[in-house]
Amino acid sequence: MLILECPCCGVSGEETEFHAGGEAHLKRHSVGSTDDQFEEYLFMRENPHGVHFERWRHNNGCGKWFHAARCTTTLEVFGTYCAQTYEPPKEIKDAISARRPGWSWRNFS
Amino acid sequence: MKRYSAFAIAREALRHHSGWERAWRSPEPKAKYDVIIVGAGGHGLATAYYLGKNFGITNVAVIEKGWLGGGNTGRNTTIIRSNYLQDPSAAIYEKSRSLYETLSQDLNYNIMFSPRGVLMLAQTQHEIRGYKRTAHANALQGVPTEWIGPGKVKEICPIIELNGPRYPVLGGLWQARGGTARHDAVTWGYARACSDMGMDIIQKCEVTNVRTEGGKVVGVDTTKGAIDCDKLGGVVAGHSSVLAEMAGFRLPMESVALQALVSEPIKPAMDIVVMANTVHGYLSQSDKGEMVIGGGTDAYNNYTQRGSFHHAEETVRALIETFPMLSRLKMLRQWGGIVDVTGDRSPMLTKTPVEGMFMNCGWGTGGFKAIPGSGWAMAELMAKGESPLTEEFSMWRFKEGKFIDESVAAGVAH
Repeated sequence: MLILECPCCGVSGEETEFHAGGEAHLKRHSVGSTDDQFEEYLFMRENPHGVHFERWRHNNGCGKWFHAARCTTTLEVFGTYCAQTYEPPKEIKDAISARRPGWSWRNFS
Repeated sequence: MKRYSAFAIAREALRHHSGWERAWRSPEPKAKYDVIIVGAGGHGLATAYYLGKNFGITNVAVIEKGWLGGGNTGRNTTIIRSNYLQDPSAAIYEKSRSLYETLSQDLNYNIMFSPRGVLMLAQTQHEIRGYKRTAHANALQGVPTEWIGPGKVKEICPIIELNGPRYPVLGGLWQARGGTARHDAVTWGYARACSDMGMDIIQKCEVTNVRTEGGKVVGVDTTKGAIDCDKLGGVVAGHSSVLAEMAGFRLPMESVALQALVSEPIKPAMDIVVMANTVHGYLSQSDKGEMVIGGGTDAYNNYTQRGSFHHAEETVRALIETFPMLSRLKMLRQWGGIVDVTGDRSPMLTKTPVEGMFMNCGWGTGGFKAIPGSGWAMAELMAKGESPLTEEFSMWRFKEGKFIDESVAAGVAH
């Protein structure tokens, strides 16, 4: 069972308090995009064995969306951070590096 | 290979069972094979078996990082059915179900296929319409199913409570030729038959890299050294994205945990399989008497082969509404498997951007029922480069927007 901390309201809760919203930092494609771009946005997923970045929503709490960095092989949560960003902040990357040296995910590392 | 028979049992009984041989060999890998299949689960072994049986390709290695039946093949609820709405799904699942009927004889291995009937409950008006439509579609596809009313439901499943507080039972889609089989036996039977054809089943051997030259696959690196091949089949379920990454391409797929659990054994109470998709649980009784219960998937990516407790709780809570007698049972065991779920919840049997490499994946939450059909179709695809059963299941359908519009991955609401 995951324990997540909502960076918006500061509450820590177990996973039933939250809603998993899928892979984070997707580039949203819309009108005028190519088939390849739509496929990338709608269906292609990293699905990594290890470090992963996801969107979560504090459903049974403040209702806000946020991001989480998590390991898919151990279920360890490295940290959560605000949703209004294109990439994870330095402290999250450092927290992951401390536990998983040499990690990479898309073009983050 | 010595055949199993009543005579063999009598013969061995007279000589202290000293004559049984190992069901399959465990050889060290050779330097090169015509075909390497990665993943010795049901689908991988079935692919190898039909490559040999239907196409005479027997210089084959099946590589497995764990042991036979240790993955999803040994972690499912063993339900077999083919009552799908869309033609491409009905074709491959019905092929599979019909192969199951004679599989014990084909393999000379008792897979304990039990065509006890599968009932999918309609508990909302929407489901009534949906299942009637499916019954009509099945009639056109030549898959015998029928819509039955609540009276008939109670008759074939006496332990059911028709007038549940939230979701009364309004009828159901009945496939009399569906049922269950012994999941490990399917793997073991295929493994024995493959080994008998001269194929090498290499367990505890993990693939660490897929080697390519000029866009064509030439072999794999493994924990037991490099092995060359002309063709490579990736049949690794939840780890398909990992294998694809080794080969340098991506898949429209996510891996999540799906759970099941069994109760303590009780006397025979239910001789069919019941699926309740609105409340999201499915139920059958094993030969040992345990009630086998399957539930929903977790919503987040996971490779740990264990699921969240609250999903097991949700499943049981929902089912005791429809089956009140379950509320007195203790649950004995719970387990999880990593299922590979695609964008449209239908499988992919497909060529890949790497020439000579094929993937068979995306069976998601409903792969066991498809094992023989999937192997049959994948073998044809690998041997001939095309198969009528796999045409619609290409990985490029997501780019083309040509989805298979049903949640094949369990026929349940995801």
